[in-house]
Amino acid sequence: MTLFTDTFLIALIAGIAAAGVPLLLAGLGEQLSEKAGVLNVGIEGMMLGGAYLGFYIAWATESTGLGFLGGILGGLLVSSLMVLFCVRMGLNQIVIGIALTLGAEGATALLHHVQFSRLYPRLSDVATWRIPGLADIPIIGPALFDREPVVYLAVALVPILVYVYRRTHLGLAVQAAGDKPAALDSAGQNVLAIRSFAVLACGGMVGLGGAFMSIVGAGVFVPFMTHGNGFIGIVLAMLARGRPLWVLFGAVLFGACLSAATALQVAGVAIPTDVVQMLPFVAVMLVLLIAGRNAKLPAALGAAYVRGER
Amino acid sequence: MLDAHPRATDIPSGTEAPPIVTFEGVTKRYPGIIANDSIDMEFRAGEVHVLLGENGAGKSTLVSMLSGLQQPDDGRILIDGVEKPIGSPGEALEIGISTVFQHSMLVPSLTLVENATLGRKWWQKPDREGTAQVMNAAAERIGVRLDPMALTGDLSLGERQQAEITRALMRGARFLILDEATAMLTPDDAARLGELMRRLAAEGMAVVFITHKLNEAVAYGDRVSVLRLGKKVGGLSPEELKSLDPQEATNAVVQLMFGTREASTGERDRPDATTVDRSAKPTLELLALYAKSGRVPLENIEFKVWPGEILGIAGIDGNGQKQLASTIAGQAPVSDGRIILDGAYIDKMTIGQRREKGLRYVTDDRLGEGTVGTFPMSINLLLKEIGQTPYWRGGIEQPEAIRENARQKVKEFDIRTPSIDTPVGKLSGGNIQKVLLARELAGAARVVIFEKPTYGLDLANIAATKMRIREAAQSGAAVILISTELDELLELSHRIAVMDQGRVAGIVENEDGARHKIGALMSGAEK
Repeated sequence: MTLFTDTFLIALIAGIAAAGVPLLLAGLGEQLSEKAGVLNVGIEGMMLGGAYLGFYIAWATESTGLGFLGGILGGLLVSSLMVLFCVRMGLNQIVIGIALTLGAEGATALLHHVQFSRLYPRLSDVATWRIPGLADIPIIGPALFDREPVVYLAVALVPILVYVYRRTHLGLAVQAAGDKPAALDSAGQNVLAIRSFAVLACGGMVGLGGAFMSIVGAGVFVPFMTHGNGFIGIVLAMLARGRPLWVLFGAVLFGACLSAATALQVAGVAIPTDVVQMLPFVAVMLVLLIAGRNAKLPAALGAAYVRGER
Repeated sequence: MLDAHPRATDIPSGTEAPPIVTFEGVTKRYPGIIANDSIDMEFRAGEVHVLLGENGAGKSTLVSMLSGLQQPDDGRILIDGVEKPIGSPGEALEIGISTVFQHSMLVPSLTLVENATLGRKWWQKPDREGTAQVMNAAAERIGVRLDPMALTGDLSLGERQQAEITRALMRGARFLILDEATAMLTPDDAARLGELMRRLAAEGMAVVFITHKLNEAVAYGDRVSVLRLGKKVGGLSPEELKSLDPQEATNAVVQLMFGTREASTGERDRPDATTVDRSAKPTLELLALYAKSGRVPLENIEFKVWPGEILGIAGIDGNGQKQLASTIAGQAPVSDGRIILDGAYIDKMTIGQRREKGLRYVTDDRLGEGTVGTFPMSINLLLKEIGQTPYWRGGIEQPEAIRENARQKVKEFDIRTPSIDTPVGKLSGGNIQKVLLARELAGAARVVIFEKPTYGLDLANIAATKMRIREAAQSGAAVILISTELDELLELSHRIAVMDQGRVAGIVENEDGARHKIGALMSGAEK
């Protein structure tokens, strides 16, 4: 097999990480939001917001660090609308989520057009952190342990969230807000505050994922560039049944599909691009078909909480 | 029977500590109704205060104001004798007020310990071991056994309620509200909860117990207040309760709940029993009817209704009346037994077939299952005949026939509507009822079931509805009249059956003394 050369494998594994990080961040964010009872369909819009603002700030300040902060800010901006409409005003989460996604698509494309017309300026390469020792392992080393800091941060979020969910009151409160908000309210906690926090934290994570796509993945911002990654995040959150580690597995799986598509093309395998690009979505459908029926969602997911209403 | 009264005689009843909570003229309005009308009430430490009342009497509203979920529109709330609003559930907890709702307020996906720590500050770490110890200690104090590490979703409803009461104690509650806490419990669990209430009161806690079971009220209560249509209509003080035996106390409460009007007013114009020929063949006959699917399963229901007769069904709300009506109408399946209409078995028939046989059902859920609120009134009048001639021909609507039918019904039943095209949801309750009556009484009705037909109507519409009920019987139909208003039943029915927990506790001829017999059957005293 001449296909599996070292270079090919390194490119494949590195690609999994590059494609998987936005999915991981989106899945973890959506999971947090859903745990608290808010079905965040606006996640695609939050991702685009993060991708655009992250890219713009990185380009304007020539600092990738500020760029990533900008990505978080972009996600927060879009998710604050979600908080206002769905958590505070209790409007329908699905309708608002779709509106936010469509709105963010239009707004970012418009802003990009106004600022850059038809130019697509590229960002310079992002500095990587080389982890001594681990980076010297053949193939895996250069692919996974000589990466941008955001990659490590995204993976580190998995154990952090596990700890929050299992070991802290915040985790209990989030779960109660999604399963039985009235119980949380009658225990004297503010349901709307917990839900607002969850949606904002989701927005921040997803925005960072979007910024990773534009700053690290592509190096440019292209309108509509998130390309359904946010929606895959919703699927990941649904399949993971509240477990952050499962989101990581799912992100690796879907990342592998996306990466294989690229790697196969690089390796010169003659498959039409369209077929290759379908791969992740076919995988989504297959996984949903096999594992989706056992997905367990919070009881109060999607329902606005109004005190005293039964 | 519930035997009771390990009554805390050692309560220093003379010492005048102010009540923990005092309501003074508390009023709560919702669009269209006054849920609580100028309520005065005191809740004292060491007392089980029972709130009695039918559905819609305003018990739930009162509870939600006590627990901080709702704010009164008028009146004052005093805490320990000082005026202080209960602004939120959090404030209620600070005062020491804990509520155990009919439906458990524990998060099913968390363990009992985790549920007990929910109220703490979010940045703190839950101390599962320590909390479990505190929980066990609290449980032991009130004689309850529970496993703090058990997942809430795996526990029975009774166990969940005990856990909730334990949690309330852990939070230092001194005022415990049990909102219809026994409604969903098995009799054993309910008795256990009753004993627990007595122990809590003996410890000096104020307990508010909401129920509509009279025997529980008398067995566990120190003080009884009765609500009716949002007003407090009376009650029994601890002294009165102590001086009466359970049966006398029950009778006193029945008097309060079902009206204190002179018994004779209703009975003066009761229908003439001689108009019904009981030697003829009954129109409707129920044979050992069982229906297990509903919330209150029906057990072994048997009765006959003759042509021209009105059979009243009395009973405290939620004892299977709704299930009985929907089972006869065909909306709920029969598990066992038979229903015979004019000599033919109808229990396997569909709703439509039963309607063709002359069965009519006037539901109390007028906007829910009775009508489609957004449809014009004219279509709602034909809701059960959609697709049939002459209003539809070959699937095509015949607008003129539909309008003509509506115009005729508007005149005949005095339906006050801006136009026959007005969506039925925009009409008043009384006019929606008239639309329902017009529809159900059309054609050759053989059996008509009226379920709480005057519920929520004003006096004029009540009179009009009663007239329709009488007319239906006079035209030869067998009428089943389900109501929680005893006066109404005594005024209209020839015989009255009393339902208790899905069974017919007894059938009483409407003659002198019927009121007393029904009250006894209703309270479960004659079992």
